[in-house]
Order: sequence, then C-alpha cells, then structure tokens
Amino acid sequence: MQLALVVAGAPLLAGWVKSVKARLQNRRGPGPLQPYRDLRKLFMKQVLVADSASIVFRAAPYVVFTSTLLATAAVPLAVRDLPTAPVADIMVVVGLLALGRFFLALAGMDVGTAFGGMGASREMLISALAEPATLMAIFTLTMSAHSTNLSTVVGFQLTQGLVLHPSYLFALMGLVLVAVAETGRIPVDNPATHLELTMVHEAMILEYSGRHLALMEWAAWLKLTLYGVLIANVFFPWGIGETTDPGAFGIGLAVIVAKLALLGLALAVSETVLAKMRLFRVPQYLNLAFLFALLGMLSFLILEVAA
Amino acid sequence: MTNFAWLPAFKAHLEREHLLIRGESGTCLAPARCLEIDPEDWAKGGAEAARFGLRWAGLWADRDALGERCTCVLENAGDYLILSTRPDGEALASHSPWYPAAGRLERHARDLFGLRFEGLDERRWTRHQAWPEDRHPLVDALPAPGETPPDGDYPFAHIPGEGVYEIPVGPVHAGIIEPGHFRFNAVGETILGLEERLGYVHKGIEHLARGRDPAGLARLAGRVSGDSTVAHAWAACQAMERAAGLTPPARAVWLRALFAERERVANHLGDIGAICNDVGFAFAQYQFQRLREVWTRRNADLCGHRLLMDQIVPGGVACEPEALAALEYDHRHLRKALAGLFDILEDHPSLRDRLQGTGRLSPLTAAELGVTGYVGKASDQAFDLRRDDPYPPYDRYPPDVPRYQAGDVAARMRVRMDEIGISLDLMDRLLGDLPKGDLAVPFTTPEEGEGLGCIEGWRGEILSHVRFAHGRVARFFPRDPSWFTWPALEHIVQDNIVPDFPVCNKSVNASYSGVDL
Repeated sequence: MQLALVVAGAPLLAGWVKSVKARLQNRRGPGPLQPYRDLRKLFMKQVLVADSASIVFRAAPYVVFTSTLLATAAVPLAVRDLPTAPVADIMVVVGLLALGRFFLALAGMDVGTAFGGMGASREMLISALAEPATLMAIFTLTMSAHSTNLSTVVGFQLTQGLVLHPSYLFALMGLVLVAVAETGRIPVDNPATHLELTMVHEAMILEYSGRHLALMEWAAWLKLTLYGVLIANVFFPWGIGETTDPGAFGIGLAVIVAKLALLGLALAVSETVLAKMRLFRVPQYLNLAFLFALLGMLSFLILEVAA
Repeated sequence: MTNFAWLPAFKAHLEREHLLIRGESGTCLAPARCLEIDPEDWAKGGAEAARFGLRWAGLWADRDALGERCTCVLENAGDYLILSTRPDGEALASHSPWYPAAGRLERHARDLFGLRFEGLDERRWTRHQAWPEDRHPLVDALPAPGETPPDGDYPFAHIPGEGVYEIPVGPVHAGIIEPGHFRFNAVGETILGLEERLGYVHKGIEHLARGRDPAGLARLAGRVSGDSTVAHAWAACQAMERAAGLTPPARAVWLRALFAERERVANHLGDIGAICNDVGFAFAQYQFQRLREVWTRRNADLCGHRLLMDQIVPGGVACEPEALAALEYDHRHLRKALAGLFDILEDHPSLRDRLQGTGRLSPLTAAELGVTGYVGKASDQAFDLRRDDPYPPYDRYPPDVPRYQAGDVAARMRVRMDEIGISLDLMDRLLGDLPKGDLAVPFTTPEEGEGLGCIEGWRGEILSHVRFAHGRVARFFPRDPSWFTWPALEHIVQDNIVPDFPVCNKSVNASYSGVDL
C-alpha cells in the first residue's frame, strides 16, 4: 500500500518541481500533473528499438525500474513499522540503486552511439564519487543508532527528540549534495536540456521510446522521491506514524507529503538560481559532499561518543 | 577616414616583388579601389597582402562577356581594395596558406563555377553529391530535380592516437536550429579537433538571383539569412544603388539604420538568453526571450513584419513606420529591464564560472582568420564599418565599438551587452534627428554596371556584390560574416571539453544559411 503510494506519487513530485520552476522563471509552465499525461502518452506509443541493440537494452528498463522500486520499498514513508522493516537495511537500498545504475549505463553503451557511451562514462564518473559520500553520510547516522536498519534509525531519531548534533548536520549537508548529483539535477546535470553533448542521464536514455522510456523516466522520478523521503524521514522524522493503524498512517502521509513539497520547492529554487557546473567541477563538488560526510563521522566520534 | 593613404606604399611593395599591376581603377566598385593582376601573380598578391597586414575579406567568381573573373576583397583601415584576375582556364593559387579562412570561399567558388585552385582542399564543399564531378551549377545547366545522393563518404580528418574517438553530431540537431554536421575528435572529454561540414541548406541563391530585377533581388537578399534580413537587404540595395549611381533620400537612410539597429538589438537579446540557457541557467533565457518577443512585436506594429523583412527596397524603404513615438518609451523600458538583468548576469558566480575562460579565441588567431563582429571585438579586432568606413547615416553618428582581449564566451556575451546599450543610444539620436521627406526615389536599373555593398550587420561586416547586364541582375554574391566565424569556431573549441561545445557554438552563433547560399 505504501509502496503503491510512492510509485503513484513520484511523478507528482517531479511535476511539482517543474511547475514551481516555471513559476520562478516567470512563465506559466505545465501543471504538476503533466508527468502523468506524459506517462500515459508514452505507454500508448509504439516501442522502437535500434537494430544494434541487444537483450541488455530491452531488459534494462525493467531492471532499472524494479531495482528502484525495491529500494523505495525499503524506505519508511508514512509509518515506521513496515512489513519490509526487517530487510530495510540502508546498505540494501544503496546496493539496489547501484544495480539500477549499472544496467542504465550498460544500456547507454549497448546501442553503440557516441552519446550513450558519453552519458554512461559521465554517469560512472559521478557515481564512483557519489557512492562513498553516501555511505559515509549514512555510516554517521547508523553509528549513532547502532544499526543500519532504516526503521531503527528513524525510531532512534524519534526517541532522541530535537537535539542538534553537529554530526547530523554534516551528514545532512553531505547527503543533500549527493542526492542532487544522483538524481541528475542542476548544477550536476540538467534534466531539461536538449543538448546531447551536455547530457548525463538523458544521454543514456536517448535511444529509448514508448513504454521503455516511460519506465526509465518513472524510475528517475522514483529515485528523486526516494532521496526526498530518505532525507525527510531520517533527518526530520517527526510526524511519521508509529503503527500501521489508519489514523497514524493518515497523519504520517499528510506530513510526508508536506515535507516533500517543501523539499521540492527548495530544489526548484536552487535549480533556478544556479547554472550548471562544468563537468570537471563535479568531482570537486562531490568531494565536498564526501568531506561533509567525513566531518560528520569525525564529529560524531570526537564529540558525541566521548560525551 | 584615411582614404587609401596606405595604398601607394602597398603598390610600391608589390612592385618590389615584381608583381605587375595590369590596371587600376577607382570607379569599378567605388568607393573601393581595384587592381587587376595576372593569374600567375595571384599567389604573390595573396602573400604580399598578408605580409602587408591586409585583412582578407572575401572572394567570388564571375563570368562576363570577356570570360571568367576571380575577385578578392582586401581591407585595411576601413578602405577596400579589390584584387581581380581573369584566369582563362588556368588554375589560380589558393590564398589559404596565408589566409586560413579563405579556403571555404575558394572551395565554394570552385564548386559553383568550376574555378580551379592549386593547393586547395580537394573535397567538395557546397556541392555535396548533387552534381557530377565535371558539372558546376553556375556554369552548366542544372541537373534534373530529384534526390541528392547522400554525402556519406566525405573524408573527415582523422586524428590517430590511443584513446582518440570520434563523435559525429548532426546534421539534424536537437532543438530547432539549422542543419550542419560536426565531427569531433576527442580524448576522454577533451576536444582535440572539430571539423565542420556545412552546405545542407544550399538554396541556390546565386542562381536564383540571375535575371531578377532590383526589387526581386532585394527580396532574395533578405532571405539569405533570416535573422540578418535587414542587413543583407541593405547591403544588396547599397550595391545596386552604387551601381546605378543613385542616392536614397535622407529619411530612407535614417530608417534603414533604425531597422538595422533594431535587428541588432533583437538578435543580441536572443543570443544572451541562449548562451545562459546552454549552461543550464534557464531563468535568463526566459527573461531575454520575453524581451526579444516584445521587441519584435513592436517591429510588427511598425511595419507589419516581426523581423522587418522586405522593408528595405532599392532606392529607399518600403514602409512609413507607424507609432514611432512609442519607440522612445520602448528604449527607456528596455534599458531599465536590462539594467536589472545585466546586474544578475554579472554578479552570478556559477554563471561566471562557466563562461569565463571557456572557448578562447586568441587575438592572433582572430586576426589571421579576419573575423569581424562580436567574435572579432571580443578578441581585440575592433573593426566596425559603422565607425571605420561609415556609410550614411553613420557618418553623422559614429558608434562606440566595444573591444575586449579575453576572447572567451564571457567576452563575446559582454560585447553583445555593450552593443545593445550603444544601439539604444544611437536609435534615440536617429529618432531625434529623423529627417522629413520621401521614403524612396524611383530606381532606374542600369543596363550594365556593378557595385559593392558593405554593411555592418549584427554578426559583423556583410559584403554584397551585384553586377547588372542587359538591365537585369547577372551576378549576386552576398558574403556573410559567418564565412569567417565558422572556421573560428573550430579553433575556439580546441582543448575545451565536449559538454562546453554548445555554449561555445552559441556564443559565436554563425549562420548556416548565410554560408550555404
């Protein structure tokens, strides 16, 4: 049920960010429901596959979508106590996302066009640097909660109450930077560009059409939502339902929707005021994310364990 | 104006090199001076011009009653010197060893006229595969209409080496732009070399011009490159008026300048926005697009066409603009809007980070290639016809010419920003002194005669050559500034990274249509 909600709601978040961005640029733009219309259009369209494509190319959309879906299932959305809670390990989430990305890059290279290969190589450059930062940020959290289980981490956070830990702050900053890079947003990648030579994520899915493209797009939106939920619930878990009864679920749902809307707003603002980075600035940017995460870990070890 | 103070020195220089000047004339393509030389001296002419520091500004072939003729335009200190020769079937030496940008115009002349050049790139340029090897569209009969075979085996230059790979881009691009093929040789993300393959929008302009009357030619010239319709039409009309020995009335000349400046502002606005968009700063794109749209709608109010197409006619202008009074308000309004936007652009670290140092064209290379317009001005080549060889009404209002040394994308954007302000001031003065009187004088077509039009379009210097025979147009050659900025782009992107190509390209914004003719 929760999973279905995330899957159904992911396009809305993407649409929301898009329409806020349009507003900030003084234009009307499409409504937040536009991604649903796009999905319907794409699912009804015929699939065209390049002659040089192998089975990898055909399978990748399903693999990417499923792995993202499974990763999403492991993250607590509205309530903490999920049936998937026992396996909802943060390492699983990171691993599933990496699997999806691996297939995405393979698919990009599979058709043999220059753009796909370029996109794949850039994506790998980014992810190779983003992953250590993600893990480092997460280790900081899990060390304080003494568990890599997301449910436990969120629960620990709740019992802690509103205590400002420097380690959390650093980890949060690190994770936000990583999330922007991983979901292909400005300043790392520009999801709205039409210029093939500058693309990262879009270049890999350039050859896709019809339902394959729909799944790829949907997976990307899911990933955006996943990172949103992760940041919202791990760092600001207040309002999340403790049990699975409908009342708590309803409140939890309303709270998470509000949190995501706020995060989407912040993303749209930052995308409006920033220009895209030069590609070789991205490693510096991700190093900064890694540095934040590392600082978080150090400050945890030095300040908080000793105390 | 220096009025050829340097010419005696140059001629003495040629004589020392034993180059025989067959004839000299100050009236052939006035105000330019013409020197007629022997075909075997063609190489020497180019070499000595280069050593003397003249800018190579264009070349075209022609065939009149006396046979084929090749004409090359050189410029120095705002004066135009024409070198011409009659090759009579002999091969001429290419000027490309001394003037690297000359190669494409020579290839164009070879493709369309069958003129032979020695030491020139053998590959077809404009013709692609539409004509057999021995047929040339401006000399022989046109082939029957039909499908043009693909130009798929065009031999691009390969760069050997480990890890070097090629990226083919185009001719069909994402977005609504013109077609052109770009072949990158890259290592990792660094561009080692770029080779352009153009000619996909060949329209047969030179063939279509033949046999037209002056009004028809002005309309055709307005369609050489849609975004420069005013400048090209003005250049063609100026050439025809010079051939006919006719002076358009003052009011027409003032209005022409007004239209040309409006075209400049509209295009610069669009370009600034597009440059920002290519580095992912969409905010600026939408703001500038909006301003440009408002501006072009005013054009429609004035004369009924958003781009002011067909408003310049031989002998004057076609329309008496309505609501001129509203323009002053427009200018004030635009200045205010731009002050705010320019502040944002200038004080934006992430934008500055992308634009500064990207796509550098060194002043030395710029001078070698002979680029004009904003590409030249950003690389220390401050040539501007409106100041350096002013034609009316600019002789009364010499504009400031921005000049920067950096030669990067930021400098090219900066030049555009400066030029908008300068154009707005200029238009205010033009409107203040707008003379009353006729819009046009009747144009009497000369039986024979030729003229050269030189106009500063928004991209840079436009040359337009028109020759009449039997009261009709016999030859028309418009030389767009893009003949030089396209080769400049190949230099600009070198050692940049592949994802920076779009913004480099946009900062140059050369015209495809203007060179594919």
